[in-house]
Amino acid sequence: MNVGLFIPCYVDQFYPGVAIATLQLLEKYGCKVGYPAGQTCCGQPMANSGYEHLADSCNTLFVKNFAEFDYIVCPSGSCTLHIKEHLHDNASPAEAKSIRSRIYELSEFMTDILKVESISSRFPYKVGLHQSCHGQRGLYISQMSELVAEPFSKPGKLLQMVEGLELVSLGRSDECCGFGGTFCVAEEAVSVKMGKDRVDDHLKNKVDVITGADMSCLMHMEGILKRQKSNVRVMHIAEILTQW
Amino acid sequence: MVNHVSLSETFNKDEERVNWHDETLWWIRQKRDKAAWQIPEWEELREMASQIKMNTLSNLHDYLLQFEKNALANGIVVHWAADADEHNKIVYDILTKNKVERIVKSKSMLTEECHLNHFLAEKGIDVIDTDLGERIVQLADEAPSHIVLPCIHKKKEEIGELFHRFLGTPEGNADPQFLTAAARIHLREKFMTRRVAITGVNFAIAETGEFVICTNEGNADMGAHLSDIHIACMGIEKLIPQRTHLSVFLRLLARSATGQPVTTYSSHFSKPLAGQELHIVLVDNGRTRQLGRPDFRNSLKCIRCGACMNTCPVYRRSGGHSYHNAISGPIGAILAPNLDMKEYADLPFASTLCGSCSNVCPVKIDIHQQLYKWRQVLTKEGHSPAAKTAAMKVMAGTLSRPGLYRFAGKAGRWFMRNIPWLTNNRLNPWYKQREMPAPPKESFGEWFKKMRK
Ligand code: SF4
Repeated sequence: MNVGLFIPCYVDQFYPGVAIATLQLLEKYGCKVGYPAGQTCCGQPMANSGYEHLADSCNTLFVKNFAEFDYIVCPSGSCTLHIKEHLHDNASPAEAKSIRSRIYELSEFMTDILKVESISSRFPYKVGLHQSCHGQRGLYISQMSELVAEPFSKPGKLLQMVEGLELVSLGRSDECCGFGGTFCVAEEAVSVKMGKDRVDDHLKNKVDVITGADMSCLMHMEGILKRQKSNVRVMHIAEILTQW
Repeated sequence: MVNHVSLSETFNKDEERVNWHDETLWWIRQKRDKAAWQIPEWEELREMASQIKMNTLSNLHDYLLQFEKNALANGIVVHWAADADEHNKIVYDILTKNKVERIVKSKSMLTEECHLNHFLAEKGIDVIDTDLGERIVQLADEAPSHIVLPCIHKKKEEIGELFHRFLGTPEGNADPQFLTAAARIHLREKFMTRRVAITGVNFAIAETGEFVICTNEGNADMGAHLSDIHIACMGIEKLIPQRTHLSVFLRLLARSATGQPVTTYSSHFSKPLAGQELHIVLVDNGRTRQLGRPDFRNSLKCIRCGACMNTCPVYRRSGGHSYHNAISGPIGAILAPNLDMKEYADLPFASTLCGSCSNVCPVKIDIHQQLYKWRQVLTKEGHSPAAKTAAMKVMAGTLSRPGLYRFAGKAGRWFMRNIPWLTNNRLNPWYKQREMPAPPKESFGEWFKKMRK
């Protein structure tokens, strides 16, 4: 199948390794992957700040870049959700609508479309999984602790397949880390406090690595860990799944 | 300028208190979870409640008239108030007509919203709040910080201090049981001597013209039953069509609020006691305006359980007062801009849009979606700082031109540098308590171009 790789702007700029791991995973499971060179961003930074109306040309660009693929896959739940909920293009509304139904976050793409049942990677460490809100509560890639409903976790399921990996359970299984896009600078005090508390939960459970399906949350937590001079690392789930 | 950012920054100066506040409310969230899991059909109940409220809102006009007709037939005096001011005047008129200068009041978020206490105080009327938590914030001359737990921001030692000052309890005594007993004695005298009691309303039933008040302390009942005149104040969205619907809401309310199966008292008031006057004030105060906004109409389903506050990771770490509005937390943030966009333009941004609020809400209000939509409305209406608009335009321009984007990235990872439009100091707030990732040698785009072609 023809898969368009959508790499969010900050991943492209700061975490090329995450994008490379995503590409490797998709190719390993038989996808023919294309990476449109003209891509930039999903437009979420503007939209969540109240400037959805400024995201029009960003949207048009997105449609132009990705219309041709069977699926669009992105290693970020948040950017995926934004496209799914908000991609519009007055010039080609049908294409935009179709893209909204063909875009997937990486881990849900692996479990639901590629139907991955085993992974040949090995990672002998204690790992804490951060459930990023947009992937979880927006895309429903994991069950939400607020609901009276059967628990499940798509990224959790993938991590369980990794040899040697010990997934710890946290005090608060799905509390927000406080990144929140521009919230992280606009509401700096609360954002950092939320991040510190989330990091503490992982540290208390003695993890070696904090992982997740959204690099933005991990970037925020990494920033806090580094300031605390902690040895605990953050890794995107794709980076763990490619430890083969 | 006082806004959520500055108020929560102040709140966060005392980290230990933030931890305590967070943990106290998280504990209530956990109690709520446990109570919800006792009901296998919990999610269906929420859906049902949401639909009953949808029906109510869609037919509000008819239900209100039906309620009025039945209430009048029951012997209740019905008043209509278009706004807070009219509401306050109606209450004041009843008091002056009866030459009453001292009254008791049980918890009512509506009267908080209308600033009734302040209004009456200026007219020389003495109001005693009889809900323990409300009495505590009243003594402290503060507003409630939470709609269900008005003094949740106060530690027991601080309450002991207040009681020592105002009620004469021994200095240094912070034993909750002792303090509650002291409050009881203090309030008992007020209950016995005051002729007028104001209460709120949790549910008003169109079919029967009765209303229901839920409390744990029984203070609303005590006030209402000992008074000559009972005035119940309610927002017009408090209606439900039929008595049978109450079973759905009573199962949800206390479980969502505190994790109790039901409130200690769920009292029905349908007609005045012999020799008593029973008034009900139906208040609009912007509700019909909100009803006319399709994107925000749902917010009127709220039954004021407070669950969205307890679960909100921002609220728990910024405190109720940081919302500078009678109703705080996520629901406050979508109700307040309807009252005054300029004054409350900051509130829809006081969220990470994590969505936990919408998930706990017993009437399934899409709170976080409405926060997102308010952001768009407020920006379009011009309630956004000019510097932010300018920065956003630059960002939008860069992100819609791949060439420029790649150049800007190379020129120094524009991403973080483009965000800090908000502070006046030139420091990027990211760095205050966090590091940035070390910039890599090349972006993924550059790597891909080199490796794959
Ligand atoms: S919005 Fe929902 S959760 Fe929040 S107070 Fe109202 S009913 Fe409760």
